Amino acid sequence: MSQSTQQVPATTGPHDLAEEFLDRTTPLSRLRNVLHRYPALSPAIVLVFAVIVFGLLNERFLNPANLSLITQQVAVVGTLAIAQTLIILTAGIDLSVGAVMVLAMMITAQVTVQTGIPAILGLLLGLVVGLAAGAFNGFLVTKLRLPPFIVTLGTLNIFLALTLLYTAGATVRGGDMPDLLTWSGTTFNIGGVNFTTGVLMMLVLYFVIAFILNNTSWGRHVYAVGDDKEAARLAGIRVNRVLMSVYLAAGAILAIGAWIQIGRSNAASPNASGDLNLDSITAVVIGGTSLFGGRGTVWGTLLGALIVGVFRNGLSLAGLDVLWQTFAVGVLIIVAVSVDQWIRKVRK
Amino acid sequence: MTLTTDAAATPAAETRQPILQARNLVKTYGRVVGLDGVSLDLYPGEVLAIIGDNGAGKSTLIKCLTGAEVADEGEILLDGKPVHFKRPQDAHLAGIETVYQTLAVSPALDVASNLFLGREERRKGILGSVFRMVDKKGMRKKARQQLADLGITTLQDVTVPVENLSGGQRQAVAVARAAAFGSKVVVLDEPTAALGVRESNQVLQLVKNLRDRGIPVILISHNMPHVFEVADRIHIQRLGKCATTITPQSHSMTDAVAIMTGARKA
Repeated sequence: MSQSTQQVPATTGPHDLAEEFLDRTTPLSRLRNVLHRYPALSPAIVLVFAVIVFGLLNERFLNPANLSLITQQVAVVGTLAIAQTLIILTAGIDLSVGAVMVLAMMITAQVTVQTGIPAILGLLLGLVVGLAAGAFNGFLVTKLRLPPFIVTLGTLNIFLALTLLYTAGATVRGGDMPDLLTWSGTTFNIGGVNFTTGVLMMLVLYFVIAFILNNTSWGRHVYAVGDDKEAARLAGIRVNRVLMSVYLAAGAILAIGAWIQIGRSNAASPNASGDLNLDSITAVVIGGTSLFGGRGTVWGTLLGALIVGVFRNGLSLAGLDVLWQTFAVGVLIIVAVSVDQWIRKVRK
Repeated sequence: MTLTTDAAATPAAETRQPILQARNLVKTYGRVVGLDGVSLDLYPGEVLAIIGDNGAGKSTLIKCLTGAEVADEGEILLDGKPVHFKRPQDAHLAGIETVYQTLAVSPALDVASNLFLGREERRKGILGSVFRMVDKKGMRKKARQQLADLGITTLQDVTVPVENLSGGQRQAVAVARAAAFGSKVVVLDEPTAALGVRESNQVLQLVKNLRDRGIPVILISHNMPHVFEVADRIHIQRLGKCATTITPQSHSMTDAVAIMTGARKA
């Protein structure tokens, strides 16, 4: 945008001044442009900073066993947060992720244990449940044109109720399940740090979804739909089809999350969803994905999930009350959204 | 009389085949007549402006030509063959590209992604066919080429998100997208309405560049100086009909406004 080209000098003077003013870059505005371009940068800085601070506060924090514990604590919410990211990228929100996961998990565990079908069929059944739940949410959003917030607030209750009705509140113990169902909880050692298969599954999902979002037409369409629905439609994108596919993909990811959850707790409990619905949103938001859609990355979400895990773990090692962990997460959310708002105020 | 003036206005009309023709289009909304038998010809390499007062039927005419509305009667011919557009996508696929007043660009996506939005190109070989990878590098290169071909010099970096661009630059992106991909006709709806003087001039230059590349343009505008600067012929809508078709040489701006408002008979 250089103004050095020969315009009519006298008349364009004030105009040029105005443009110069708009073009003026300060270190702060440059920082903002960089953060705007790389949305995962700010959570990355926060995570590195947090790890250093907690490491200095308590030497046990950087202990391999402790780091391994953090990854295991993050695995389930981290997986749910992938589904949440996809939906938030389309300018939606899904309050029902935890409920869908638990429904898929309970049906998988209970049917497998009660009927004695092969575990792989049980897992496929869970996948079908996840897809069906996603299709139901997607149907209500695209066909009935209801706001995703309302749709998933409703289905959150519906899925939770279905889960409790089906299980009568009973937990299925890991010991009663075939090995494949609890396989996601088995540990293996890489360089002195223990990982569970569930953590690995989560990481693979991150790679797969990041690849798809970055490198396929579908990925771009997800961003375009969240960015400006009408513009996407006029560009020839079938908006409803993209939305439906996002809800289906989310359902499939949640079914995988259900498997990871079984391994993590070595049980299938109908009360496992707990705070997972909101915690997944927390991870996405702290990870720099905009709630207004069209902006963000799954890597940011992974960082967001890790930040929450690191804060909770670090604060508890520092001997603080668990309520201060919750307090800190609350502060993180508000700071993250404030930063997002500030970043979005780039020169129009 | 509407048909005869067309021929008079363009000397070469008889020798050239119109790319887009509309024949006696009628469109009513309940008892309101939007179009009352309007015909129009668009020849290769010309800029046809459509002007008219509010309610004269400009928008309805354009909507029928671009598939946003379906005319009750009459026919539309593209390259001499009848076409029936039921939705905008049909016109789009047939090669009629429309740049809407509301600028259908995706703010967070970069310039190259916007140019290829909805028709991304895949990488060659297994990466494209199995892994469905889009060819980012190739699309950026083509985007740069496309912008250079159109003489758009204000957009150097195709990796900038569109929201960081000025209004004129965004308009340029929208026009470049419309002109890409072998489109036959480009329709611009009030392209300069929201722009400043300098940016308007850039867009008008872009319209001329399009014409010079042989792509015919239909331009809807309220701005008489802009219309008279770029148009080869001017279709004046009045009360749902084509009052007349003039050229900037045959009539003055005052004449055009007089015909448009009914102060003077065409």
